Amino acid sequence: MSTSHAAATTEHVEHELGFFRKYIFSLDHKIIGIQYLLTSMVMALIGGVLAMLIRLQLGFPGWRWPELQALMPGGFQNGVLKPDFYLALVTMHGTIMIFFVLTTALSGGFGNFLIPLQIGARDMAFPFMNALSYWLYPPAVVLLLAAFVVTGGAPSSGWTAYPPLSAVAQAAPGSGLGQTLWLLSLVVLILAFLFGGLNYITTVLQLRARGMSMLRLPLTIWAMFITALLMLLSFPVLTAAVIMLLFDRLAGTSFFVPEVVVGGQLLSHTGGNPILWQHLFWFLGHPEVYVLILPPMGMVSDILAANSRKPIFGYPFMVGSMAAIGILSFLVWGHHMYTSGMHPLVGMAFMTTTLAIAVPSAVKTFNWLATLWRARIRFTPAMLFAIGFVSLFVTGGLTGVFLAQPPVDIQMHDTYFVVAHFHFVMASAAMFGVFAGVYHWFPKMFGRMLNERLGRLHFWLTFIGIYATFFPMHFLGFAGVTRRYYAYQLFERLRDVQPLNTAISIAAFGLGLAQLLFIANFVYSLFWGPRAERNPWRATTLEWQAPSPPPHGNWGAVEPEVHRWAYDYSVPGAPEDFIPQTTPAAAVAAPAHGHGGHA
Amino acid sequence: MPIPTHADERRTAAKVAALIFATVALGVAFTLYARGRWWLPPVASAHGVLIDRLFYSTLWITGAIFVLVHAFLGYLVWRHGARGDERAAHWHEHRRLELTYTLVPAVGLAVMVSMSGVVWSKIHRAPPSDAMVVEVRGEQFAWQFRYPGPDGRFGRTDPKLIDPRRNPWGLDPADPAAADDLVTRDLHLVVDRPVRVRVRARDVIHSFFVAEFRVKQDAVPGMTVETWFVPTKTGVYEIACAELCGVGHYVMRGRVIVEGPDAFQAWLGQQKPALPPAR
Ligand code: HEM
Ligand SMILES: [Cu+2]
Ligand SMILES: [Cu+2]
Repeated sequence: MSTSHAAATTEHVEHELGFFRKYIFSLDHKIIGIQYLLTSMVMALIGGVLAMLIRLQLGFPGWRWPELQALMPGGFQNGVLKPDFYLALVTMHGTIMIFFVLTTALSGGFGNFLIPLQIGARDMAFPFMNALSYWLYPPAVVLLLAAFVVTGGAPSSGWTAYPPLSAVAQAAPGSGLGQTLWLLSLVVLILAFLFGGLNYITTVLQLRARGMSMLRLPLTIWAMFITALLMLLSFPVLTAAVIMLLFDRLAGTSFFVPEVVVGGQLLSHTGGNPILWQHLFWFLGHPEVYVLILPPMGMVSDILAANSRKPIFGYPFMVGSMAAIGILSFLVWGHHMYTSGMHPLVGMAFMTTTLAIAVPSAVKTFNWLATLWRARIRFTPAMLFAIGFVSLFVTGGLTGVFLAQPPVDIQMHDTYFVVAHFHFVMASAAMFGVFAGVYHWFPKMFGRMLNERLGRLHFWLTFIGIYATFFPMHFLGFAGVTRRYYAYQLFERLRDVQPLNTAISIAAFGLGLAQLLFIANFVYSLFWGPRAERNPWRATTLEWQAPSPPPHGNWGAVEPEVHRWAYDYSVPGAPEDFIPQTTPAAAVAAPAHGHGGHA
Repeated sequence: MPIPTHADERRTAAKVAALIFATVALGVAFTLYARGRWWLPPVASAHGVLIDRLFYSTLWITGAIFVLVHAFLGYLVWRHGARGDERAAHWHEHRRLELTYTLVPAVGLAVMVSMSGVVWSKIHRAPPSDAMVVEVRGEQFAWQFRYPGPDGRFGRTDPKLIDPRRNPWGLDPADPAAADDLVTRDLHLVVDRPVRVRVRARDVIHSFFVAEFRVKQDAVPGMTVETWFVPTKTGVYEIACAELCGVGHYVMRGRVIVEGPDAFQAWLGQQKPALPPAR
């Protein structure tokens, strides 16, 4: 009697703990992935609002917005957006979107959710470290956003934080406490990325299911794996630089600050070199942009294959080109510094490596096109975004070819042409990767389906909105419109850019509004979407063999065993047009296909 | 179980293909329109002509790839929508094809590297010995210029000596070469005469950018970086600051006046040495 009572109590307690442990401080990679994804979506909303404010100023300079002033009294004066607030917006928008949205959603969100599921593991190698990784993210967010409310406001030195502007409190209002918080926030977030990265590498190397050789991995996993290596090798360099900059700010060192006179005052710094920061920053900064594009490349490859009902074309070349991109991405950072006064030969070297990286990028593009050749395409929303990704990546990659050439970059550097370039590859292509991923894996994550019609509408509006917003920026760049300017009225030469800027702003507002469709669809479907079956897309990879959503431990009693590569679609003679990776060779009538290594 | 069937996707295929074709068509049309309105400002320097040539060849090449790849993507989407139970081709390897589209871009890019390399080394070859020399210094939020004066030599400067009102450049009175240095608010240059510009900064990083000259050189405190060019058209041009330097970044405008040698000498004659006469 008393025993059963005790048992009931424990059960009850366990249940209470259960909810908390299950959804909040969970060690389950799927929950952690979803936490990363949802937090990133909140951050995307914040970053998006900042973008709208930037476009408000550029599209309608000098206009009065008393309602906005009531909301943000520090940012406006007489209803007009203030120049220092404008720079704070630009800085925080860039920082949030790059580090707190794209990196966290792609590596943190999809990386966590997909890696164990797609390799047939029960969880990550180090679940506790994984949870720790996520739980460093909210404090980093708090540190970052706190910068908005401290004296001087948020930092105004751009996401690149070049010293001395970022090192010297007197140099700008935001270079006070706001900049310190920004630096601290990055240190915390980088720790999160390092914990995650270590975990991904170990997990992929150690915990693959029986039969899952490296060359049977889906391309998503290859992409996540290479991304984790890039993060592990490049982020510590930024950490070091950030700590050095903190020392310059707080401890009187002079790593980055030479003898300067700011606001009429000679500072006590002496002997530092501002260019050193640029080298350290871009040694991270360039690999970082590939940290943001490799995961979408992998995810899009898998989504294209599943919805084309065709194997991905050229799997070995796909893996090889991602590896090549990963290696080369460490050798190109100087292309951000062609005008810094570097030796011309160094410029030549960086041009060569930068244009070399366009080769594997081209190979991937052609392989995607070849995948579509003689396909039987299903236009799911995920597929639409994947096709959109190919278009946007081509457009953004081609503008990189201008910037890679130092003579042309003299003209284009720090103009809106660069802004157009990286918004095509990051804000557009990488973002399309996120959307494609959500539409594709939502059923697995939450066990419910997203609404297809809303998803398609979201694609149409977003695709059109993106080209309408970012394509015209190329021409602003040609005309020599410099970036990070509060207004262009002063320059005779730039009088005629206003109409174009206004049009761009209107397109941007439309683009921003269209994202509400996505949020509405997401939230509605989370609760009321139709239930998803195990494998709604009839896809081959392992995650679709688990229930939707998969339970803790993913696989029930028996772990999956892998018998084939990840792309057996439309195999001639097979009973269905896809063969899951778990199907043994004997189970299919047709000759079994290996990973396709026949040259 | 309302899982969509996607039995026949040919209508959607046509719509998506139309979207892609329309994007390319509008992109090309907008480029043609922008040509007359938002485009490179007319070039006004010797090396700028070379840069523009490189720019246009890159524009043609990338433009053609943009159109062709999108046309092909649109075609694939349009042709290959699902039709009932028909299966896709099981085709995922073609080593020759893949090597072709690895090597062809590689060769193309190698050609581009050499074309750009030639221009880059021309821009950076040693300046002619008769070039004039001038210093440009950025500060929050203005440009100042220094001419060496009749002795042709710049005097020593030191940030410690900077006095915003009396000695904004920090010229060293102990250096005789500094006595005749001229500090001016506008940059005057002589048409067709090469000029070496020594770019410096007083506080944070700025960037000396004159769009018509195709010149952009970061101004980094603690460093002096020299660049040279030949202005080829008389006129007045605007200097913009191209590197974020603080709240007034957008007002950091300077003027360059390119004029004939006589006008230049006349202007130079009116300038007074920056240092007060030695006691
Ligand atoms: C074909 C491939 C690419 C080439 C040749 C290329 C080349 C370049 C070059 C030379 C610059 C420096 C321009 C300047 O500041 O003057 C640049 C800037 C940039 N690129 Fe790329 N790029 C490529 C692909 C990508 C991808 C895939 C991404 C991201 C997903 C990316 C993100 C960026 C960003 C964020 C910047 C600007 C950073 C800043 O100044 O704030 N690029 N790119
Ligand atoms: Cu880069
Ligand atoms: Cu400036």
